[in-house]
Amino acid sequence: MLLIPCPHCGNRPELEFRYAGEAHIARPADPSTTSDQEWAEYLYFRSNPKGLHIERWRHVSGCARFFNCVRDTVSDKILKTYPAGQPKPDLAELVKEAGQ
Amino acid sequence: MSDSLTRRSAFEGLHPIQVEGAVTVAAMPYATRFSFRGDPKAASACSKGFGVMLPNALLKAETDNGRTAISLGPDEWLLIAPDGEVEALEASIEKALAKQHHSLVDISHRNTAFTVSGPKAETLLASGCFLDLHLSAFPVGMATRTIYSKADIVLWRTAADTFHVELWRSFVPFVWGLLEEASSEL
Ligand SMILES: [Zn+2]
Repeated sequence: MLLIPCPHCGNRPELEFRYAGEAHIARPADPSTTSDQEWAEYLYFRSNPKGLHIERWRHVSGCARFFNCVRDTVSDKILKTYPAGQPKPDLAELVKEAGQ
Repeated sequence: MSDSLTRRSAFEGLHPIQVEGAVTVAAMPYATRFSFRGDPKAASACSKGFGVMLPNALLKAETDNGRTAISLGPDEWLLIAPDGEVEALEASIEKALAKQHHSLVDISHRNTAFTVSGPKAETLLASGCFLDLHLSAFPVGMATRTIYSKADIVLWRTAADTFHVELWRSFVPFVWGLLEEASSEL
């Protein structure tokens, strides 16, 4: 079974988690002045990369916290997890650390 | 028509689970339970009102004088005390918190609990629990929310060969049935 390192609880079985989409997508500060195109991009447009993806997960059957995760969509390897609210990590740095 | 409600145990009518020399699953008596949410400052105030230090470290249970506080998440604790203490504890915790931002919810009747004990307790729970339950990975005093098959549970190791399992009362027939089946293979 895939183990996911929750930043609060440590390595835990994937069945305790729920996926919650791409991370670091900010809601437009003033929706009333946002164009339809910008609003559609906020709601529906995602980067969908082949490779490193920064995404949100929730440890729903554990500490129940949302957190962020850097995962390689090709190998499913998780390079880093960190609590929600922390800034985006430097991906080039992470790749160097992982020795890929 | 009856004009009063009668409390019924979630374990009523279930077959006892006992394998001689291996494992016993036993329903726990009714208890007072709260879900407490708040920051570390609120948690330390709550400790004074509850009479047990709410653990700061995650996945820990702290017990004192028949009361237990379990840290489920960075700002969430499960508080367990003997039955019939809801009003008294609510009053003393609210007084200790003195209007600090927090949430205290009575979940005494939502949850229920049973113990799994005996030399094969780990093996029986492993039938539906995906955590490493070996004593070195899940020591005495550790507690966490996890899943048994598809039901959310809170698993707390109270002794080397004893686990306390907290769960929503409506999940009892599902979990009990699976444990009964698994116990036949021990
Ligand atoms: Zn967690």
